[in-house]
Amino acid sequence: MIKILFFAALREQLGSEGTLLPSENISSVEQVIDALIVKNPHWQVAFKSSLLCAVNQEMVNKSHSVNTGDEVAFFPPVTGG
Amino acid sequence: MYNQEKLMVKISIQEADFNLSEEVNLLEKLNNEDGAVVTFSGRVRNVNLDKSVSGLFLEHYPGMTEKSLEKIIEQAKQQWTIGRVTIIHRIGQLLVGDQIVFVGVTSKHRKEAFAACEFIMDYLKVEAPFWKKELSDGEESWLDAKQSDKDKAKNWQS
Repeated sequence: MIKILFFAALREQLGSEGTLLPSENISSVEQVIDALIVKNPHWQVAFKSSLLCAVNQEMVNKSHSVNTGDEVAFFPPVTGG
Repeated sequence: MYNQEKLMVKISIQEADFNLSEEVNLLEKLNNEDGAVVTFSGRVRNVNLDKSVSGLFLEHYPGMTEKSLEKIIEQAKQQWTIGRVTIIHRIGQLLVGDQIVFVGVTSKHRKEAFAACEFIMDYLKVEAPFWKKELSDGEESWLDAKQSDKDKAKNWQS
């Protein structure tokens, strides 16, 4: 399984803190997004906005690889400080 | 407290307020080789983008936040010879005037501590996973990231 997390405005927009995805046929962040949208078609709009992504708590781009057991997080550009 | 083995770094993500003089004391205690102590503290402003603000709610990504701050400190240590580093970032509900963030850096001479402190703050703004929700006239809205913050962080790369 792959653990998916959502934060801040994205979490509120999706109405979800996260989910678990079966890791079959998923090897990249892009494929994680595709699988999430297949499962929840109404999430498509939210994933079209400018989002950042982290795999195992490291910021990565969408072509980054994803393996079973990974933690994949999606969130809006950060605004701390 | 600072762990001598781990490059004398203190990172704290907390709901509680912090005390500036206590943090400066910690940076200076048993540290007589560093003559410079540079600190930055950030507070909640009463106006943002022409809107009056009554407070903020700060969310973060536990685990990744600490890792990303450690990485930013590592990058600073690669560029400047610095001694101790403290980063404190508050989360949860904050009101106008409340302290949000503290960055403190020590070094032998002031130039390196000034530069490293600014670098850490600039990168924290664009890489550490914190998000601010603004409370204004009874309404809540998530803040958008600022291009000027991205540009500031990029300037360190040239």
